[in-house]
Amino acid sequence: MAAPWCSRCAWLLLVFIYSLYVMVISEEPTPGNEQHASVVDNPQTPAETVKQPTEERRWEATQVDETVPDDAAAIKPDLPVPDSVLTPTPPLKDEFQEELVVRPLHSGDIYASFQFRTVWETDFTRGSKVSHYRLFPKSLGQVISKFSVRELHISFTQGYWRTMQWGQPYLPSPPGAELWVWFQDTVTDVDATWKELTNVLSGIFCASLNFIDSTNTVQPSASFKPLGIANGTDHRFLRYATLPREIVCTENLTPWKKLLPCGSKAGLAVLLKSEKLFHSSFHSQAVHIRPVCQDGPCKTSSLELRQTLNVVFDLHASGQGKREWSLFKMFSRTLTEACPLASSSKIYIDVTDNPQEDQFELSPATHLLSQAVVLGDRRTFSVYDLTQQVTFGTVRSLNVLIRWKSTEGDMLRPLLHAERYVAGYGLQTGEIHTLMYNNHPFRSFPVLLLDSVPWYLRLYVHTLTVTSKGKDNKPSYIHYQPSKDRMRPHLLEMLVQLPPHSVTEVTVQFERALLKWTEYTPDPNHGFYVGSSVVSALVPSTVAMNTNITKEQPLFSTFFPTKEESSYFIRVYTEPLLVNLPTPDFSMPYNVICLTCTVVAVGYGSLYNLLTRSFQVEEPNPGLAKRIANVIRKMRGVPPL
Amino acid sequence: MGLLSDPNRRRALISLLTRLNAPICALCYFAGVCWFMGLAFEPFTLRTYMSENAMGSTMVEERFPSGERALATGKEFAAHKKKVGGMPVDWLVKTMQARGLEVFTQSFSRTLPFPDENKERYMVKGTNVYGILRAPRAPRTEALVLSAPCSPGDNNNQAVGLLLGLAHYFRSQVFWAKDIIFLVNEHDLIGMQAWLESYHHTNTTGMDWSPLQGRGGSIQAALSLELSSDVITSLDIILEGLNGQLPNLDLANLFYAFCQKIGVLCTIQGRLQRNDWDSVSGYSHAVQTMMLMVMKQASGRPWGDHGLFLRYHIEAATIKGINSFRQYKTDVTTVGRLLEGMFRKLNNLLERLHQSYFFYLMPSLSHFVSIGYYMPAFGLLAVILLLRALDLWVQLVSPPAIAADGVGDNAQQSSPGVLSVLTPLVISHLTGAALYILPTRFQEIAVEHFPVSETEAVVLTVIAVYTAGLALPHNTHRLLSGEGTEQGWRVLKLVAVLYLAVLLGCTALINFSLGFILALTLVPVAAFVTPHMPKTLSAVVLVILSPAFTLLFSVFFFQELEEMPVSFQDGWLLYLSVISQGILDHYLYGSLVYPLIALMVYPCWLLFWNILFWK
Repeated sequence: MAAPWCSRCAWLLLVFIYSLYVMVISEEPTPGNEQHASVVDNPQTPAETVKQPTEERRWEATQVDETVPDDAAAIKPDLPVPDSVLTPTPPLKDEFQEELVVRPLHSGDIYASFQFRTVWETDFTRGSKVSHYRLFPKSLGQVISKFSVRELHISFTQGYWRTMQWGQPYLPSPPGAELWVWFQDTVTDVDATWKELTNVLSGIFCASLNFIDSTNTVQPSASFKPLGIANGTDHRFLRYATLPREIVCTENLTPWKKLLPCGSKAGLAVLLKSEKLFHSSFHSQAVHIRPVCQDGPCKTSSLELRQTLNVVFDLHASGQGKREWSLFKMFSRTLTEACPLASSSKIYIDVTDNPQEDQFELSPATHLLSQAVVLGDRRTFSVYDLTQQVTFGTVRSLNVLIRWKSTEGDMLRPLLHAERYVAGYGLQTGEIHTLMYNNHPFRSFPVLLLDSVPWYLRLYVHTLTVTSKGKDNKPSYIHYQPSKDRMRPHLLEMLVQLPPHSVTEVTVQFERALLKWTEYTPDPNHGFYVGSSVVSALVPSTVAMNTNITKEQPLFSTFFPTKEESSYFIRVYTEPLLVNLPTPDFSMPYNVICLTCTVVAVGYGSLYNLLTRSFQVEEPNPGLAKRIANVIRKMRGVPPL
Repeated sequence: MGLLSDPNRRRALISLLTRLNAPICALCYFAGVCWFMGLAFEPFTLRTYMSENAMGSTMVEERFPSGERALATGKEFAAHKKKVGGMPVDWLVKTMQARGLEVFTQSFSRTLPFPDENKERYMVKGTNVYGILRAPRAPRTEALVLSAPCSPGDNNNQAVGLLLGLAHYFRSQVFWAKDIIFLVNEHDLIGMQAWLESYHHTNTTGMDWSPLQGRGGSIQAALSLELSSDVITSLDIILEGLNGQLPNLDLANLFYAFCQKIGVLCTIQGRLQRNDWDSVSGYSHAVQTMMLMVMKQASGRPWGDHGLFLRYHIEAATIKGINSFRQYKTDVTTVGRLLEGMFRKLNNLLERLHQSYFFYLMPSLSHFVSIGYYMPAFGLLAVILLLRALDLWVQLVSPPAIAADGVGDNAQQSSPGVLSVLTPLVISHLTGAALYILPTRFQEIAVEHFPVSETEAVVLTVIAVYTAGLALPHNTHRLLSGEGTEQGWRVLKLVAVLYLAVLLGCTALINFSLGFILALTLVPVAAFVTPHMPKTLSAVVLVILSPAFTLLFSVFFFQELEEMPVSFQDGWLLYLSVISQGILDHYLYGSLVYPLIALMVYPCWLLFWNILFWK
C-alpha cells in the first residue's frame, strides 16, 4: 500500500521549456492556438511553451527506490511534445522560480495560486555541515539538518475548499494547520525529535504548532508517502498531525514571506498584501521541502523548497456585482518587475474554458500559450513572462484583467469529493458519517481513507460500516489503531473501492467521553474539533473520459481510451467536525447544584435513618450506689430497686 | 434532625402533623397557588438582561436596505406558488442560485397515522429548498438557520421574500464566520421535521426523506420567520417548543434588545407589556401573559417551526409579524434590519448560547421568572402529597386504638395487602396502555363499523376507553378475593400518593407548566379521597378533577386568555380536535404529553378512583 511518487513526477512549475513553436502549431491546431501562432514571429520569445505541470502520482504497493522526476519520460505520450534536451543547468548551485496561476472559476470567483520554488544542490543527509546559504532560507535549512528531516510539508489554511463549486485545487490542504514530516532513518527517537521540531516550527511560522502532541499525532501507514526521492517508506519515520482549530492570519503570512529570496519587495510576492489576501473566501499557504533528483540519472539529490499560496476571491463579496477581475482588484497591486533573483517568473491564466473567448475576455492579450495536463484534464494557459520587458508594455506595469461575458455558474460534479458530518442528537452518543462521491460514469477506483479521531470520542469500531449503493462494501485493507485515553488518537485507514457513479458512506458510532474538569478548553461550549479525514485516490483522468475524437489528434493516440497514465493522484480533505461534549456548567448554578445535591444527600441520609429506625426512650443510667445495692439485692433474691 | 430522633419530640411533632394535617395541606395548596399568582407581580420578577458577553458588548450596525425588493420577490414567489399550486421548487432554486447560494433540495413524504382535519392532510409529500451561504474562510463547522415556511394560501409570502432579500444582502458581506442556511420548508412542521432529521441523520418518527446533499456543520441557532403582510405593527416572538422546551433566554433578550434599538413594537404571546404594574389591570395583564405561556408550554406541542430545533440543542425562536389596527406601522426594511442585527450578533457567538436560563416563564418580554422562583409554587403543592403520605404511614404503623381487633387486622393485612395494591396498579396501567394503543390501532375497524371518519374514530375511541376505565373498581374487585380491608385502601392510597408525587415531580422538572397544571387538579383528589365519603358527590368531584376535564377546562381557559371565548358547542369541538392534535403531535414530532397522560397520569388517577369505590 505505498503511494510513492513515480517516475513521471509532479512538477507544477515549469520544469521544461521547449521552444518548438512550429512543431506544436502543426500538432496542436486548436483554434485558439492557431490564432495566436499566426501572430507570433518574435524570435526572442518562445511562442509556444509546453510544460508538464502534471501532478501525477502512481499509487501502488511497491517501494520507491528510483525516482526520476526530471526525466524526459514525464512527457505524456499523447501530448505532441518531441523529445528534447533539458534546459542547461544554471551555473549556480541554487535556483529560484516563481509562478502565479490564475483560474477563473465557474461560479465567478477567481482562484490564484502562487508557487515559489527554490532548488538547492546540496545534501543534508550526508551529514555534511552546511553554513553558506544564498537563496535557500537559513532558518529552514538549519531546522532540516538539525532534526534530520527528509521531507517536511506544512500548510496553514483558513477556510474550506469548495470542491463542488471550484473543482479540484492544485494543492489540497485541510482547514487549519497540517504538518507531516518524514524523518531520516538515522533518527533514533522519532517522537522526541518530532516534539522538538513542532516547537521550533511553531516559532518560525508564528503558529500554535506547539499544540501538536501525542494526542493528535498519528503515523499513517499508507496515506502519506514520501513525495521526493526516498529509500524507504517505513512509517515509523512518519508523523502526521492536524490542528483544525488553527486560525491563519497575517502573523503567519509575514514569516512565510520572509522565507522568499526577494521577500515581498519584488516579483510576484509584491502582490501578497495581507489586507487583500484575507479578504477572500479561501486562503491557504504551505511550505513543502523534499529531496529531488539533480539530473536524469539521479546520482545526487538536491533539496527543493516549494512555497505555495492559494487564495480564492469571492465574486459577491467584492461588491459591484460585476464579473470582472484584475490583478489590481484582487491584490490592490500591479506587477512591475520579476524578482531579480528568479530564473523564471511567469503568470498563467487558465483559458481552457474559453477557447473562443466567449466566456471571458483577457487583457492585455498575450501570445504565449501553454498546455498542460493538470489533475487529469488538459488545460490551456495564457502565459505572461515577467522576465521579458515586453510583458509590461509601455506603462511599465502589468495588470491582467479578466472580464466575463456570460453569467452562469452551475455546480460542478467533480469526479471525487467527500464530506463528513456528525449524526444524532444528545450528548451521549453520536455517529460520524463520511460520504465519498465517485461521479465517474463508468470507472470504479480505489481510495484510501484516513481518519484520525481524538480519544474523547470513543469509537465503537464494531459499528463501522461501509456501504455503497445500498450494499455492503468490504474494504480491502483496514489499519486501525485504537486510542488510549489522554495518550493518542484513533487512527483508521482503509482502502475502499468506489463503484462508478455512487456514494460510499462510512459510518462509525462513538460515545462522548466526560472529560476531567481541567481538560476542558476555556470555551467548552464551543465544542471540540475533529480534524478532516483525508481521502487519497488515483482518479481516472477526464482526458481518458473524453471520447469525443472530433478534435484532430493523432489516430494512434486515441485508439485505447483508458491508459495507465490517465489516472492521476488527488487528495481530498473533508470538513472538520465540531462536536459538543457533555459539559458541566462552569458557573454559579453549577456550584448551586453541587451544593444542593450535597445537602439533599445528607438530608436524605438522616431522613431515611429516621424512617427506618425505631427509637425508644432509654432508661437513665442508675448511680453507682444503686447498682451495688441492686447486685446485693439480686444475691438476696429480692427484686431490685 | 436531633428534633426527630428524640422520640418524645418526634411523637409530638408527628401528632401535630397528623392532627393538623388537613389544615396544613389546605394552607400549602393555598400558598402554592398564591405563590404562583405572585410570580407575575412585577416587583417579584427579574428584569431580563443579556448574559452572553459575545452578544452584549459588541456593536453591530444594521444596514439592510432592500425591503421593497424583498416584497417584490415575495410577490413573485406568491405568483409562482399559485401557478405551481404548491412549493415553487424550481423558481426557488433558481432564485437562490442567482443570489450566490449553494442550493439543495430535499424531498420527503409522510403518511399520517390518521387524517389531520385541521390542516386537511393525510398523505404528505413535499420538498424543502435550502441555500447555504458559505462563510468566507470558515471551515464549515458552524451554521445559523433562517427559515420561512411555505404556507398554503396567501400566507407567509412576505417572509419568503424577506428571506431571499436577506440572503442576497448577506451574501455580499464578508463578516460571516458561520455558514448561514436559508431554508424554505413545505408543510410547515412536517417539512421542518424532515429537514432536521435528515440534517442529523436520525429517524425518530418514521418519516421518509431523501438525504441532504449539503450541510454547514453544527447549527448554533435558528430563527423562523412568519410574515404575512407588507407592513406590520408589531413583532411577536414565540418560544415554546416541543415538550415544553424553551430556547435559551438570551435569544429572547436579543430579540427584545434589537426591538428596543430599532424601535419596533415587540410582544410575547401577542401581548404588549404595560408599565402600570401597580394597577389591578396591569397585574392581571401580566398574569394573563404568563398564563398563556404556561398553557402553551404545558401543551407540549411546538408553537412554531422553531419548536423542533430544540430537541437538537439548537436555540431557536419564531418571529411573527402582526398587522393589527394600530396607527404606527413598521415596514419590511426595518424587520430586515432587525433580523440582520440578530444574525450578526449570533454570528459573533463564540460558544453556543448557554449563559442564560433555559427554564423560565415570562410575564412580559422585559421580565422573567427563573426556575428558582417558580419551583417553590410547585413544591408547595407537592409537599401536600408527602404530608398525606406521612399521615397514612403513621396510621398504618400505629393502628387506631378504636379498632379493638387491631391485632387481628394486622395479621390478616399482610397477605391481601400486596395483592390488593398490585391488582389495581396493574389493571389501571393496562387501561392506560389500552388508551395509548387502541385509538390508532383500531381506527380502521371503527371506521368500518360506525359512520365516522378516521379522526373522529380515534378521538371517540380515546373517550370511550377513558370512560370505560371508570368501571375499573368493579372489575378490580371481581379479581380480588374477599373484601378490601381498612388497611388495604390505606396502603393503596399511600402507594398512589407517592407515585403521584414522583410522577408530578419528574414532570415539573422537565415541563414545569404541565406539572403544575396537573398538580393543581390532581393533588386535591389525592389528598382527600377516601372510601368513606359520600359516593355520588365525591365521584362527581373526582371526575371533574380528572385529566380529561383538566384538558377541557384548559381549552376554555386558553380561549378566554386569547380573548376568543367560545360557546360550549364550539368548545367541545375544539376539545375533540385538541385531543386528535395531541395524538398527532406524538406520532409526527415525538411529543411526550399524550403518552405521559395515557400511560402514567391517567392510571394514577384511576388508583384514586379505585380508592373511592373501595369495598
